[in-house]
Amino acid sequence: MSIKLNALFSDSYIDISQYRDQHFKGNRYEQEKLLKQSCTLYVGNLSFYTTEEQVYELFSKCGDVKRIIIGLDKVKKTACGFCFVEYYTRADAEHAMRFVNGTRLDDRIIRTDWDAGFKEGRQYGRGKSGGQVRDEYRQDYDPARGGYGKLAQLQRTPEAPHKF
Amino acid sequence: MSRRRHSDENDGAQPHKRRRTSEPIEIEDRLESLICRVGEKSTSSLESNLEGLAGVLEADLPNYKNKILRILCAVARLLPEKLTVYTTLVGLLNARNYNFGGEFVEAMIRQLKETLKSNLYSEAVYLVRFLSDLVNCHVIAAPSMVAMFENFVSVTQEEDIPQVRSDWYVYAVLSCLPWVGKELYEKKDVEMDRLLNQIDGYLKRRQKIHVPMLQVWSAEKPHPQEEYLDCLWAQVQKLKKDRWQERHILRPYIAFDSVLCEALQHNLPPFTPPAHSDDAVYPMPHVVFRMFDYTDAPEGPVMPGSHSVERFVIEENLHCIIKSHWRERKTCAAQLLSYPGKNKIPLNYHIVEVIFGELFQLPSPPHIEVMYTALLIELCKLQPGSLPQVLAQATEMMYMRLDTMNTTCVDRFVSWFAHHLSNFQFRWSWDDWADCLTVDNEKPKPKFVKEVLEKCMRLSYHQRIVDIVPPSFSALIPAEPMFQYKYEDESNTASLPGFATAVTVTNAIKNRASNEEILAVLKEIPNPNQDDDDDEGDGFNPLKIDVFLQTLLHLAAKSFSHSFSALAKFHEVLKTLTESDEGKLHILKVVYEAWRKHPQMIAVLVDKMIRTQIVDCAAVANWIFSSDMAHDFTRLYMWEILHSTIRKMNKHVQKIQKELEEAKDKLEKQQHKKQKDSGDEEDMEKNSDDEDGQLEEQIERLQEKVESAQSEQKNLFLVIFQRFIMLLTEHLVRCETGSVDINTSWYKNCIERLQQIFLMHHVIIQQYMGTLENLLFTAELDHHILAVYQQFCALQL
Repeated sequence: MSIKLNALFSDSYIDISQYRDQHFKGNRYEQEKLLKQSCTLYVGNLSFYTTEEQVYELFSKCGDVKRIIIGLDKVKKTACGFCFVEYYTRADAEHAMRFVNGTRLDDRIIRTDWDAGFKEGRQYGRGKSGGQVRDEYRQDYDPARGGYGKLAQLQRTPEAPHKF
Repeated sequence: MSRRRHSDENDGAQPHKRRRTSEPIEIEDRLESLICRVGEKSTSSLESNLEGLAGVLEADLPNYKNKILRILCAVARLLPEKLTVYTTLVGLLNARNYNFGGEFVEAMIRQLKETLKSNLYSEAVYLVRFLSDLVNCHVIAAPSMVAMFENFVSVTQEEDIPQVRSDWYVYAVLSCLPWVGKELYEKKDVEMDRLLNQIDGYLKRRQKIHVPMLQVWSAEKPHPQEEYLDCLWAQVQKLKKDRWQERHILRPYIAFDSVLCEALQHNLPPFTPPAHSDDAVYPMPHVVFRMFDYTDAPEGPVMPGSHSVERFVIEENLHCIIKSHWRERKTCAAQLLSYPGKNKIPLNYHIVEVIFGELFQLPSPPHIEVMYTALLIELCKLQPGSLPQVLAQATEMMYMRLDTMNTTCVDRFVSWFAHHLSNFQFRWSWDDWADCLTVDNEKPKPKFVKEVLEKCMRLSYHQRIVDIVPPSFSALIPAEPMFQYKYEDESNTASLPGFATAVTVTNAIKNRASNEEILAVLKEIPNPNQDDDDDEGDGFNPLKIDVFLQTLLHLAAKSFSHSFSALAKFHEVLKTLTESDEGKLHILKVVYEAWRKHPQMIAVLVDKMIRTQIVDCAAVANWIFSSDMAHDFTRLYMWEILHSTIRKMNKHVQKIQKELEEAKDKLEKQQHKKQKDSGDEEDMEKNSDDEDGQLEEQIERLQEKVESAQSEQKNLFLVIFQRFIMLLTEHLVRCETGSVDINTSWYKNCIERLQQIFLMHHVIIQQYMGTLENLLFTAELDHHILAVYQQFCALQL
């Protein structure tokens, strides 16, 4: 008899974002379908020094964590400021989107977003220099993310004089 | 002439239909939106908004009556914090359209019956309260409301019912009185007095064995933790003494009194409470959480007293707001902070008290714990000049009262505080808590600080913790989480058995040896326990486990992922080594020895080992209670491991039960389909017989699996309870013979941990009550231990 008043009780924190993985093997519809049932979260804006242990501790507050994959610089193979967190259930991942997204880990506001699912290779940064794309072009100085952005670093270091 | 949407008298079916296809959905959405949003911030007054909305709805009644009925029923059930706004709206509609008022009342009664049948008891209370406030709006006649209350209270006369059933019906009546007490007393004071007398009698004779188990603090001072019905009764009595004058509730209908009193009222149909059935799940009793009183809010409005009805109404409304908006922390915080009438009360204090009340609620909080942390952070963001101070004051107060705080609540306090600090650069005035350094480390205050620092370290790193506390606190800082390798020092070659093999194993692993190769290497290791008959050497060999696992974990010590890979890679070896129960227990021992400075690592390794069936749940329970672990028995990480283990066991059983149900459903559907399709060719029938056969076989296998899993689950709880009983009995006997006070820190911790098992897993444990009573919690047991069991039983009686 009675209705749910869905318009009033929104759950916007668990909505999928605008981001779509350009390397995803499949069409937009397929990607969105996976995002809407996924138990895996992308976590961004981590410090390069944030450890797997810290991520475990924080995200375990929302449920049992199945695995964590720390994002790596493709060249250096060191942490480059993002990771994937996979839960056993969707419900637990939703709690993380509602209550961990936008709070601090290692003193930084972190961001979580739905991920279509980890595949080998996705643990690497896609920036030209090996890290994340966002660290290629940013102009600010972030000591926890290698200092200046890669482009800004090149602009700052004077080039060796050409020999002619 | 106006172009009315719903002009039936016009042309004919066609144009009428065409117009209907695009508009109604939009109109229905608009109606929903208008009704849901009335009462929110607006440039016009609430009264004029209500007046306007009543006009719009009245006009829409001919075509959208059912939709409007459904929306209004829904807001009554789901938006209790706006109760009086909607009762006023219904009052205005009733004044304009008597029939509609009658239909609404009928719809509400139907909805009430449904919610009761579906065990939605908190929603049912909102519906009853709504109906009672409709008396104030001249929609329902007072005598018929009193009659409904009389029927509710007569449930207390029923025999052989659980106490929680009659509790609910009494609660439903009492909780309406702040809204409608005055009106009902004016019309039917004799009947109401009789009603209250009956309630008084009931409250005096109902048993309250369960109360100590649900109290956050065991001390009566500064604020007694009252049982919820007792508190509400005291509030109603005070209200009655004040001649039902209640000034907090927002009552928009007062402004419309001249209109409303002209309306004709409806009589509630006689309402018989649905009979008790075995599937009924009534709400558990609870204790009212209080931590503030009028002395705590230094400036500004005064906090209403603990037995004032204002306090009840404020707390109810704040709880309702959290219930409505917990998923959206920004909205929730904003709604809490814009509570109507906030200028007359110290709202920040009420909010903080209600939030902690939920966080510390026993058996469990209404929502996931991390929500409260996130919500408090949002509130601090919205009120940076005032809320953080109230929160700090609350934290200080709770620290001061740690000595009498229930261990389960202390756990939650630790987790919350550490997580909160991690969002605020761990800034805290630790020096204010220097008193904790002057007492034994096992006492509640230093123990609390230790556990907080341990949790803070997990969210940061060791050096950070060293930096944030004053040097005087160094004894409470957690150890640096490093691996303790047994076979490190070469000078131990002679003294440490197995050292040489440890080196061989290290090299073998580095050279990517297979499981078989490793097992072959391990065969060399002598068995310190060996029987002479055990030629094969396949029996339990603790040294083999020690050498292999220490070495493996040492090589993989870098991170969780490394350790998990290692366990996966050598799963075969580990399974072989831990075939026996002793093997399983020993592997846990080795893990502990290696990682005793890194409890977080121990926890994740134990989790992985259970999931990959290297150890079973009972082994973990036995390990936790073993004498080797006695020194860590009161540490929080041990109990996190135990509860996580129990939860895994429970989820495992649920999973298989679900598979069984699904297989049974599938078979049923298939057989059903066969019946419908019968008369087809023989071939098809034969195939479906085969399918049936396969399914039946699968169901039989699953049935066995379920029984085996349930047996394992039951055994796990039995082991845990047995061990508790043994430990506690030992302590009690020792104290009695030595004429020493039993109430040591250890004892308080242990007995509350026993309580915690009951509370955290009460649904599952209830299945095993018979066995528990016959085997373990018998009359011979020391009464201190038996009391815990009896309190638990009293929760659902």
